[in-house]
Amino acid sequence: MRITQSSVPVDDQEKALRFYTETLGFQKKHDIPMGEHRWITVVSPEDPDGTELCLEPDEHPAVKPFKSALVKDGIPFTSFAVRDIAAEHQRLKSLGVRFTQPSIDYGTITAAVFDDTCGNLIQITQGSMES
Amino acid sequence: MDDLYRAIADPTRRAFLDDLIERDGQSLFELCRRLTMKHGIGSSRQAISQRLEVLQSASLVMARREGRYKFHWFNENH
Repeated sequence: MRITQSSVPVDDQEKALRFYTETLGFQKKHDIPMGEHRWITVVSPEDPDGTELCLEPDEHPAVKPFKSALVKDGIPFTSFAVRDIAAEHQRLKSLGVRFTQPSIDYGTITAAVFDDTCGNLIQITQGSMES
Repeated sequence: MDDLYRAIADPTRRAFLDDLIERDGQSLFELCRRLTMKHGIGSSRQAISQRLEVLQSASLVMARREGRYKFHWFNENH
């Protein structure tokens, strides 16, 4: 068994596609109409055949309260690995990304948390977790 | 005054104060992470929330909503 896809629940798929590609730098892999929504996935340009991230509509009534509760407590929905977290933190900040936690060195990993503008917090890490 | 002494009698609660002095304005997630990673204290999030409430009722820590986020601050004016 392999993990080929993961997902984030987003409040607006078009806005999410812009943020995850133009701001974060992922590439669109699939964009298929599915009724009133789309099946959209993005991949990392560093691993275009790797795990796809699905930008999934958050319309189920249980999802929004769940997301709000996580955001209130600063809990990231998911986590991505970066090579140079200080540079990435600066790059994203200069693009206007709101960080709820700056880059903090915990010894084995360094981690920062930002708002994806679609109702989620996302963690980026550098260190042994992704190696 | 009783609240104050009670609040700082617990090493975990003192660790929170140390962390907030190091960096003010932390989310619950960041406080929990620091407690585990820096102090080796593996409390549940619920237990940590309760400890924060003790610090808040002793006016040592303030919690403030900023839009959709909630951050914790060390109350310097205590």
